[in-house]
Amino acid sequence: MGLIQLGRHDKDGAPDVITGSLEKAVNWARKGSLWPMTFGLACCAIEMMAAVSSRYDMDRFGAGVFRGSPRQSDLMIVAGTVCRRMAPVIRKIYDQMPEPKYVISMGSCATSGNIYDSYSVVQGVDRFVPVDIYVPGCPPTPEALFDGILKLQERIMQKRVFVSQPNEVKTNFKV
Amino acid sequence: MHQLAQQIQDEFPAGFVGATEWRGDVAVTVTRDALHSIAEFLRNEPGMDFDYIVHVSSVDWPDDEKRFEVVWEFYSIRKRRRIRLKTRVPESDCIVDSLTDLWRGADFMEREVYDMMGIRFRNHPDLRRILMPDDYTEGYPLRKDFPLRGKGWRDTFEFLDEVPQ
Repeated sequence: MGLIQLGRHDKDGAPDVITGSLEKAVNWARKGSLWPMTFGLACCAIEMMAAVSSRYDMDRFGAGVFRGSPRQSDLMIVAGTVCRRMAPVIRKIYDQMPEPKYVISMGSCATSGNIYDSYSVVQGVDRFVPVDIYVPGCPPTPEALFDGILKLQERIMQKRVFVSQPNEVKTNFKV
Repeated sequence: MHQLAQQIQDEFPAGFVGATEWRGDVAVTVTRDALHSIAEFLRNEPGMDFDYIVHVSSVDWPDDEKRFEVVWEFYSIRKRRRIRLKTRVPESDCIVDSLTDLWRGADFMEREVYDMMGIRFRNHPDLRRILMPDDYTEGYPLRKDFPLRGKGWRDTFEFLDEVPQ
């Protein structure tokens, strides 16, 4: 984090006063408390549940507090096949989440529609919400989901907090 | 001929079209006009006693004159036997009698047949689409002449305009 140590404790000489970039501190806090939205659509949600439960323990990365409300969550893991009729609901949930918010597209179906090249399945959730991380797999293992979360944390650490940045939301994105 | 099919033929000689049997399961094809009375016979006759509706589905035979086939499957819980009832309708006049007055459980399943295949049900209490949205205009997705990828609806997101770019 590029910390500069200014002082030491009077008694034992341990590092006491430390300065650093506030932006990095904010990003560090954000990446360490990703609260995901409980949003499983299909079989990928089973792997997502396995990732949260005790064997894999997603809480190690600060992303284990699943919330039932979009207003309390930072991260939407779109896990499963997105039907066209579900698309407005996902968009509404995404709009209800407070900034900063992140989206992980988990699995082939959410990323590209997978084998479901049919009239009712949206060919990729990135057509109506901006996606930060794509996790491949059908379904992805919990390790793959963790890899996506760690990659997302790397991304969060690179964000600028106190300067305005161009809006990255690409909505009408067609593949 | 299966005994159940024989009974239906004896009772409704005009409405009986044919019967097939495969591994003990009998499927009876009937005319559209006699459908409701035959279903009522299956439901209420003590010797029949088919008190449970298992499924309503439909088949599209694009090359046939009477294109659509509606299939009901009934089960008798007390007598432990099942029967399948089929009827054919042409595309120009695809409407059959609803059986919701006999089996209340046929309600949603007939709505699904209407939604996916476009076959209407006479006297149905609430004949709306059930899987696709009410304002879906592309047609009936399970018909054989419907394109697999639809007609563009899956890529239209009218709700995006409300979101500030």
